[in-house]
Amino acid sequence: MNSTILITIISLSLLALISAVILYFVAQKFKIVEDPIIDEVQAILPAANCGGCGFAGCRNFAESLVRAETFEGLNCPVGGSQVMNQIAELLGKVAPAVDPKIAVLLCNGTPENRPRTSIYNGASDCRISNSLYIGETDCSYGCMGYGDCVKVCTFNAMYIDTTSKLPVIIDEKCVGCNACVKACPRNLIELRKKAKKDRKIYVACSNCDKGAPARRACKVACIACSKCVKVCEFNAITIENNLAYIDASKCTFCRKCVAECPTNSIVELNFPPRKLKEEIKVETVTN
Amino acid sequence: MKTFPKGGIHPPENKLTSGAAIKLLPIPESVTIPVTQHIGAPASVIVNKGDYVKTGQLIAAAQGFVSANVHSSVSGKINKIDTIVDSSGYKQPAVFIDVEGDEWIDSIDRSSEIITSVTLSREEIMKRCYDSGLVGMGGATFPLHVKLKIPEGKKCDVLIINGVECEPYLTADHRLMIERGEEVLTGVTILMKALQVEKAMIGIEDNKVDAIAHLTKLASDYKGITVHPLQIKYPQGAEKQLIKALIKREVPMGHLPIDVGTVVQNVATAFAVYEAVQKNKPLFERVVTITGKSLDRPGNFIVRTGTPVSKLIEAAGGMPEDTGKILSGGPMMGKAVVNTSIPVVKGTSGIILVPLKESQREEIKPCIRCGKCVSVCALGLEPYLMMKLSEKGMFEKAEIEGIANCMECGSCAYICPAGRPILDYVRLGKATVIKMARERRIKAQVIK
Amino acid sequence: MANLLEVSPSPHSHGEDTTRKLMFGVVIALLPALFASVFYFGTGAVIVTITSIISCLTFEYLIQRFILKKPVSITDGSALVTGLLLAFNLPSNIPIIIIILGSLVAIGVAKMTFGGLGNNPFNPALVGRVFMLLSFPVQMTSWPVPSGFNTGYTDAITGATPLAIMKEGIKNGESISQLMGKIPTTFQMLLGKMGGSMGEVAALALLIGFIYLLYKKIITWHIPVSIIGTVAIFTTILWLINPQSNASPVFHLLSGGLLLGAIFMATDYVTSPMNPKAMILYGCCIGILTVIIRVWGSYPEGVSFAILIMNAFVPLMNVYIKPKRFGEEVQNG
Repeated sequence: MNSTILITIISLSLLALISAVILYFVAQKFKIVEDPIIDEVQAILPAANCGGCGFAGCRNFAESLVRAETFEGLNCPVGGSQVMNQIAELLGKVAPAVDPKIAVLLCNGTPENRPRTSIYNGASDCRISNSLYIGETDCSYGCMGYGDCVKVCTFNAMYIDTTSKLPVIIDEKCVGCNACVKACPRNLIELRKKAKKDRKIYVACSNCDKGAPARRACKVACIACSKCVKVCEFNAITIENNLAYIDASKCTFCRKCVAECPTNSIVELNFPPRKLKEEIKVETVTN
Repeated sequence: MKTFPKGGIHPPENKLTSGAAIKLLPIPESVTIPVTQHIGAPASVIVNKGDYVKTGQLIAAAQGFVSANVHSSVSGKINKIDTIVDSSGYKQPAVFIDVEGDEWIDSIDRSSEIITSVTLSREEIMKRCYDSGLVGMGGATFPLHVKLKIPEGKKCDVLIINGVECEPYLTADHRLMIERGEEVLTGVTILMKALQVEKAMIGIEDNKVDAIAHLTKLASDYKGITVHPLQIKYPQGAEKQLIKALIKREVPMGHLPIDVGTVVQNVATAFAVYEAVQKNKPLFERVVTITGKSLDRPGNFIVRTGTPVSKLIEAAGGMPEDTGKILSGGPMMGKAVVNTSIPVVKGTSGIILVPLKESQREEIKPCIRCGKCVSVCALGLEPYLMMKLSEKGMFEKAEIEGIANCMECGSCAYICPAGRPILDYVRLGKATVIKMARERRIKAQVIK
Repeated sequence: MANLLEVSPSPHSHGEDTTRKLMFGVVIALLPALFASVFYFGTGAVIVTITSIISCLTFEYLIQRFILKKPVSITDGSALVTGLLLAFNLPSNIPIIIIILGSLVAIGVAKMTFGGLGNNPFNPALVGRVFMLLSFPVQMTSWPVPSGFNTGYTDAITGATPLAIMKEGIKNGESISQLMGKIPTTFQMLLGKMGGSMGEVAALALLIGFIYLLYKKIITWHIPVSIIGTVAIFTTILWLINPQSNASPVFHLLSGGLLLGAIFMATDYVTSPMNPKAMILYGCCIGILTVIIRVWGSYPEGVSFAILIMNAFVPLMNVYIKPKRFGEEVQNG
């Protein structure tokens, strides 16, 4: 072999060996001793690092779980009760039962329901258009449709529907991590308790104007007529600031309020169709 | 010729109405007067539905020091007190008045004689400014009496009058200087007395040669007032740039002009001061430019506050077919309005009708790092960087880059070859950073 | 009123510049040099230029459409400029396959892998050129001498460039006065009657392009003037120290790719600093590096390497060298 090649091989190998030894000793000297149980907890967590637990990533949450006295207020929305119970067993604690939640948009202002009164052609960003003016419609509370919520969803659970121009939440993928709730500048998204078969009943409106201007701006606005409050046998509906709100923990999904609402502001999803009442609903819409 | 040294652009001037003499706009059938036409606490309405009010009567009282009175601009019956979307883009409370005749309150001197001798004392002048609801008429609408009150420990040695009108299309100040020059200069003298200064400098951009000549001739009769032509460059009319160009002092970041010993007022404000102090007339009308390439008869009108913009458009020959956008203010810093019912307010300097093909924004392309935005920024900031940081949500870094000092003049977005919405994101970042700073201050105080 | 009004944040007015206009402005500024290269090198110049431009545009289209699956943006003119500048770095008799490979590296590796227009840290044309130089050193260093515009593509007569002659001569111990007879005169170098790459020979044509770029406000004076100025100062000092073993500053300024590099390559928007102070530092460093490589390095020409090295420092310069903020308070203590 050529002496140059030999010298090159030997010198580089020696350099590598010396560096490896130095690195080994440095790693040993500056090692941070951590409780190994944190690693075990972290391994159980789903590693989504979405921040839905309120902590900065799964590792941070694992540390908090290990240090916490009780699991009160600590929950991983992605992993849900299965993951929390596993961790609780490992740490010898009890995980409180937490209802899984799902995101819901409290607005149904499609272009058909809520006519456009101007055309926005600034940057496609809800925060920017919200800080500019009331929006492309006369409802200054409604969804603007540029997708700030979709941009922050790390679970691909949202998209903007091209017909309704509103964000759609895919029930199977939404884990209730709260990112979209924080992103919406008009606070239109709410985390509601997930019901069986993904059924939902909610007032799809956030308009706090009085009935007349609200109705002028949007066909399906809540006009705070209180008919839903009167018909609800479970006291689940309250009216505040000219807006009705259905408490998901009290609602039994009897659907009486949906039929009663004169503007079709209350929305029901994932229910089997009702024959008779459906015809009444059709009549009210075409009126 | 004097100018500010760094940055600036030269958009086409389009001063279509610089030769149009000011006309009186006929009073409409009804007006909607917003109760907040100024920066500061909203005024509180003191009249009720059904009341009969006279022109010049106080209808909303200032709340606190940083606030301004609002007066009725017409005589008639109050229809309702409700909300209306105004040029701010949001619904604001306003007084709706159905006009009946034009009966003015008795205290206003309606004679046309120009009174140049200033007899009121300094305190009386300040009180008159407050009572008349005077605000900065350059568009900022800051209550005048607040600006005239010099804080403890600060001194003012020169008054600067802004006759620059650097925004394209607008000519209201130009016509005011040519047609009402004596009144403007008297107003300046009154302001000098209020601020206790001996020197006033009027800066006028060089595209208003007749105004410069006219005011220079008149100013020889007024003690301490000098007229200075300035190079045509946008944003020459911005406070800090004007101060730098005229007296070569740089207002430090985060500070006000008074910190370098000067106060800046618009010529229209000086005119309003004349009317308020010499004629006891509160602020309820102003000169507004109505202009646009497709308008039949663009012009300058004296308009009562609360007049819907549709009346101005009617007087200019009606709404052109190809109107795409309507702006309140100039094309660089003005606000696009949602409909023509929005009322003219104290800060409305002009209404511009933009044809549809000019109102479309450019297609957004990637940043090519050409650096033109940096070269035009008059405040030495880096717009491309501030936009990127705002987009990515890195607001702490944006604060370090000085995003809160941006004056939102729009030169960066104007010059960007890639058509990027730089100012949209910078504004977002600026608002977020200011909010963060305020929360930090509050937290710090709580801890103390 | 029938139509809905448009609403957007201010400003509501836009200047005349677009990316495409700026890129085409650069192309127009390069036209005098293009005509000069065709005049001196004939058919070869036309073939090399057209091949380079077409392959750059094609590769950008293919990569954007099929690999990245993003909207195609070849009409913005940036690939056209890269293709033209790449061609100007090549000898007029270079085989087509090498040009295609060079374009692939310039567009695919130097531009697209970093995210397309606006994201590349290194000048794509220079990366392509350096790749070709290192991979095909023989073809990339046999420079044709000017032989008229009706020279066929493969008929070019090759010879050494003035810089190569100078370097070889000095290495062999010849003095400058001896070498002066072998290299073209200053006037010839100004007009372009010398061996070299297609774009670098005609100094006068390049200077005309420079004036056009300044007039149209496509570039500012800072980078070209600081590069040329630094090279002039540095070479003047060396020449004054020893006029017999260091060439004159005029020779250095007019030979090699200095003018092409200073006016067109170093001023590339994406890879140059964003504010004037940083631009001047950038230009000075390029100038110094160029002279160091020319005088003490083993390559006769140093501009491409100097620019690429400084490209690596541009992000650092953008972070630490900021424009003076208006009203910057003077910190005391």
